[in-house]
Amino acid sequence: MNDETIQKYGDELYVAWLERRTVAPLLEREPDITLADAYRIQSRYIERRVGAGETVVGKKIGVTSKAVQDFLGVFQPDFGQLTSGMVHEEGDTIDLGTLIQPKAEAELAFVLKADLQGPGVTAMDVIRATDYVVPCFEIVDSRITDWKIKIQDTVADNASCGVYVLGKTRGDPRKLDITLAGMVLEKNGELHSTGVGAAVQGSPANAVAWLANTLGELGIPFRAGEVILSGSQSALVPVVDGDELVCTVGGLGSCRVKFSVGSAA
Amino acid sequence: MSMSMNVTLSREDVVRLCERVEGAQKRAYAIPKLTDEYPGMTMGDGYAVQLELRRRFLEQGHRQVGWKAGLTSKAKMQQMGVSVPSIGFLTDRMARPENSAISTADLVHPRVECEVAFVMKKTLSGPGCTREDVLAATDYVLPAVEIIDSRFSGFKFDLESVVADNGSSARFVGGGRARYAEELDLRTLGVVMEKNGEIVTMGASAAVLGHPAEAIAMLVNILAELGEDLPAGSFVMSGGITEAIAVKPGDSITARFQELGSVSMRFVD
Repeated sequence: MNDETIQKYGDELYVAWLERRTVAPLLEREPDITLADAYRIQSRYIERRVGAGETVVGKKIGVTSKAVQDFLGVFQPDFGQLTSGMVHEEGDTIDLGTLIQPKAEAELAFVLKADLQGPGVTAMDVIRATDYVVPCFEIVDSRITDWKIKIQDTVADNASCGVYVLGKTRGDPRKLDITLAGMVLEKNGELHSTGVGAAVQGSPANAVAWLANTLGELGIPFRAGEVILSGSQSALVPVVDGDELVCTVGGLGSCRVKFSVGSAA
Repeated sequence: MSMSMNVTLSREDVVRLCERVEGAQKRAYAIPKLTDEYPGMTMGDGYAVQLELRRRFLEQGHRQVGWKAGLTSKAKMQQMGVSVPSIGFLTDRMARPENSAISTADLVHPRVECEVAFVMKKTLSGPGCTREDVLAATDYVLPAVEIIDSRFSGFKFDLESVVADNGSSARFVGGGRARYAEELDLRTLGVVMEKNGEIVTMGASAAVLGHPAEAIAMLVNILAELGEDLPAGSFVMSGGITEAIAVKPGDSITARFQELGSVSMRFVD
């Protein structure tokens, strides 16, 4: 795919994000789009957001569960970039008017204290470079109509990233069993679903190592201070006005988020 | 929570159904669900058959070691159209040691589930038993794998038949690491089940009625309706956190629990 086409689709997704509307699946229009093309479109989209004043603050890993990989017909995760405009604090009420077709996922987020440069990064290096982990929600959203995504569509669309919320309880991965820590997701005070760290590539640290190596091959390092969302440990939860979600990581703590239309309370 | 423990079957019918279930359990063959012949069977009838089965086993020299709760996940209860779990009794003959080879020759279609098990230090009586009562009466908790085995053909069953079949109880393995309940958050324990080294199912303990001790409290309240209490020293399994996974000879199972270690076993002919 030539640079001009890459730029066209990156710009199209940026405008769709800006105007809160969806576009037809890219793959329906460009059947030959490759995964590498899709990442280039993602870069263009992020370039536009950075150009408008945001900064890149981290990465998200998606498609980490076997169920989702089977659904999309892929054998590895994907990634997107986190920008300063996506950050929410625990306790915030997220205005649904800023999103298109949001769904929530409960995850473990890693905050790094040292740079990490792949290839050759192992899960042990990830733990070594981790400052702390926190429970978090990623609110995924798609700029593709009705979530009719193939892997190229979601990758181009920044791995369907919307916004994210980091919990306030910090854990040390040298003390917490991140592989076996349970994940309990409650919606409006009722149990919604449960999961465990191992749902993400066998361990969330494996997913982070995968991304360090994948980015390493492109010459991109993780920088100290970056936030890495390691992948969903829960079912996807569509959210509507008035919903409140709480996720609790066993041995660590909780993250709480509310949703409303038109309120920034 | 209350359910009718009304017994409608004659003593003769209870004995007849019990003999049918006992035969299926002992000789490992599948039978049609009991409600095919007795469509009006109640939960009370189901428990009458189960308690008759226990009476026979005890008469034959089996020792009862405790109880198990079943149908404790919201999904399973909705699927069965019930609002309460079921219970079954556990005997010494069903126990298998950790890391042992378990024969499937005497089972019909065995499946395994990860559970948190409780060992009681005080006797509990319902009705009105709460999660807090359970925790106060608990000596320790440990990880367990239950091997369930429905004796009904084609997995076609209803709650009354399952209860009569002792809640599909077959074998169980306790092991791992014993812990004081008060040192853990029993609601958020993560669990992973591996079959032959591959993760096959996983979850967290809240999948059991929001908290495993809640399942034990409900079990105590069901026992009260049957006129029994839960004696000190009982070993009690709180219900599957994960879906039940089919096993066959040659399979190895390892259940890994956050904070509680792991329980392993293998299956042979």
